[in-house]
Amino acid sequence: MRELNLNDVTKAVKSLAIDACYNLNDDVLNCIKCYKDKETSELGKSVLEKIIENDELAKRDSLPMCQDTGVAVVFVEIGNQVIFNGNIEDAINQGIREAYTEGYLRKSVVSHPFNRINTIDNTPAIIHYKITEGESVKITVAPKGGGSENVSLVKMLIPADGIEGVKKLVLDTVFNAGGKPCPPIIIGLGIGGNLEKSALLAKEALMRDIDDENKDPILNKLEKELLSEVNKLGIGPMGFGGNTTALAVKINSYPCHIASLPVAINIQCHASRHKSIIL
Amino acid sequence: MIYKLHTPIQGKDIAKLHIGDIVLISGTIYTARDAAHKRLVELIKSNQELPLELKDAIIYYVGPTPAKPNQAIGSAGPTSSYRMDPYVKDIMEKGSIISIGKGPRANYVKDLIKEHKGLYLSTIGGAAAAIGKTVIKRELIAYPDLGAEAIQKLEVKDFYAIVTYDSYGEDLFTKGIEDFRKKQN
Repeated sequence: MRELNLNDVTKAVKSLAIDACYNLNDDVLNCIKCYKDKETSELGKSVLEKIIENDELAKRDSLPMCQDTGVAVVFVEIGNQVIFNGNIEDAINQGIREAYTEGYLRKSVVSHPFNRINTIDNTPAIIHYKITEGESVKITVAPKGGGSENVSLVKMLIPADGIEGVKKLVLDTVFNAGGKPCPPIIIGLGIGGNLEKSALLAKEALMRDIDDENKDPILNKLEKELLSEVNKLGIGPMGFGGNTTALAVKINSYPCHIASLPVAINIQCHASRHKSIIL
Repeated sequence: MIYKLHTPIQGKDIAKLHIGDIVLISGTIYTARDAAHKRLVELIKSNQELPLELKDAIIYYVGPTPAKPNQAIGSAGPTSSYRMDPYVKDIMEKGSIISIGKGPRANYVKDLIKEHKGLYLSTIGGAAAAIGKTVIKRELIAYPDLGAEAIQKLEVKDFYAIVTYDSYGEDLFTKGIEDFRKKQN
């Protein structure tokens, strides 16, 4: 067994949260640059140029690229040979608290959906645990903004709806969202499982590298077809029209009930922030 | 077209602007988002004094990040404007006819903007670090308990925005998609 010091968890979470908010991953930045060259609308192209300038400025000056530094979503994969000297949830929340106060990040969490009193330190994080094999712990911190989360949804389709039903749901959802989620967007889809599993799959799909190829041939084809069809909707950068509505479609799936075809659509804005470390 | 404008923005300048035009605003704008709008409209409805003069005030829908020691403001990109739609009629009737945010709004907002000969402008969502650099001064006006949602007075220099709904009832989102479809055919 390996004992892991929880101070190291706190330090890692803090540094990942700040890093994620200041430094957009190169895969996403390069993808935006690529689409900028292909954008047919003049205004759309200038919007993409401004986004690129902003993301490079944020990196250079260590500033949050977006003022919505989000709710902190944390994925923790804990090896079954690891023990901790205390409460891991407290250690993670302490890391978030320190990151959001010392890193000049916005505190965007309210303590109750109806009283709406700000918790002042952006805790609690939303934490997902998974038990894996071995002696290591992998932590991913993904600050998620409200604008794109607000246009996300879960829909329980039926098996007869099939791939065409899924496509229609995605295209309708993206079209109805229009400029609201700050396009260009990344579309995370969770297909299968049940109600809550599909939502988690969709969020996990957004953690994949933007150029990661899906190993499942059916889903690989669907990702590519959907990306092409979404970009024919004409919504464009910030919704002002153009052929860059989405940068990628990522699909994760899971077995499901004979009666069900759950589909979760998690929309991610172009500020797709997630950073990982293995302890 | 690109226009450099100083606040307060005059009716004759508003009349010149059409969807897709770029404006570079210098002068004073005020921040307010969901919670501040709720409080302002409660005051308006009960005929109480407001913490700011709304006549000719430009409202920017933003909740910035905290300023670092050398900054006037932190990152300050727009938030989704549609969440302020339920409040906009009361705010406009008090004379604040120009708002800045991002994303599409309800059709009734488009009608109100046409009726009041106002404007809805967009800044670029997610370009918050760059937008923050165009704010030179910040002063707290009301509701410090709301944190990032407090009302602040900002002095801006060449603050970049795109005319999204103009005073003629035109809408850049609808036109953007129409233009795209024409190109496809």
